[in-house]
Amino acid sequence: MSSTFDTIANIIAETCDIPRDSITPDSHAINDLGIDSLDFLDIAFAIDKAFGIKLPLEQWTQEVNDGKATTDQYFVLKNLSARIDELVAAKGA
Amino acid sequence: MRLEYFQLIDRIVDLNLADRKISSEATVPTASTIFEGHFPGYPLMPGVLLIEAMAQTSGWLVVALNRFERMPFLAAVKEAKLRTFVTPGQKLAITAHLEHDGSGYAITAAKIKCGGKLICDATLTLRVLDFPNAEMGRQMRETAGRIGLQVEAPVNG
Repeated sequence: MSSTFDTIANIIAETCDIPRDSITPDSHAINDLGIDSLDFLDIAFAIDKAFGIKLPLEQWTQEVNDGKATTDQYFVLKNLSARIDELVAAKGA
Repeated sequence: MRLEYFQLIDRIVDLNLADRKISSEATVPTASTIFEGHFPGYPLMPGVLLIEAMAQTSGWLVVALNRFERMPFLAAVKEAKLRTFVTPGQKLAITAHLEHDGSGYAITAAKIKCGGKLICDATLTLRVLDFPNAEMGRQMRETAGRIGLQVEAPVNG
C-alpha cells in the first residue's frame, strides 16, 4: 500500500504543485488538497499510465451522486490507494 | 472552414479506428471579418482557431471511436506551440491521435501541417459526456456526414 500511496502522492505533488510533505494517506484530494475536477483528470491520467489501469471515475462519481458511496471512499488517498491496488490485482487476475 | 459557424474542418481525409488516428483538412478562407481585426493590414489566422481546429479534429476522432454515443468537450490545452503564421487561403492538414481513453475523458496529441511543414501542435484533454439532448446528437451526425466522417451510429442515439 505504501508504494502505491507514494506514487500517487508524487503524482499529485508534481501535477498540482502541492508540497509533497503536506500530502498524507489521510488527505482528502478534494477537501484537504483543494484539487478540482479538471486537475483530477491530469492525476487520473498519470495514475492510469503509472499503473496500467483505468480509474473508473465516472462510476465513482455516479455512486457518490446516487448516495451509494461517499467521496471519502475514493478520494481519501489511503482509500484511493486501496482502490488502485484492487484494480491492479484485477488486471492481473 | 466556415468560420462564421465555428466549423473549422472541411473534410475528414482518413479515419483509422484501430490505430486511433484521424486526419482532416481545412482551407483558411480568403476573406473573413476576423481578418479585419486580426490584423488590420496583415491578416493572420488566429492561433486560438488553429487550436480549435485541432480540438475539432480530435473531437471527431473521439466521436467516431464511441460511435456517436457520447460528446467530447475541450477541457484543457497543453504544450501548445504555434510555430509559424498561417494566412488566408492556406490549406491545412490536421491530424490527431488518441493517446489515452480515460473514464469520462480523452487525451489526444494533435498537429497541423501546411505544405508538409509542421505549424502547430498540442496535447488536448477532452471531457467525454452524454449528449445533453437528442438534437445535438442528431446535428453532430448530420455534420459528420457533411464532412465525410463515415461511422455507423446507433439508430436511436
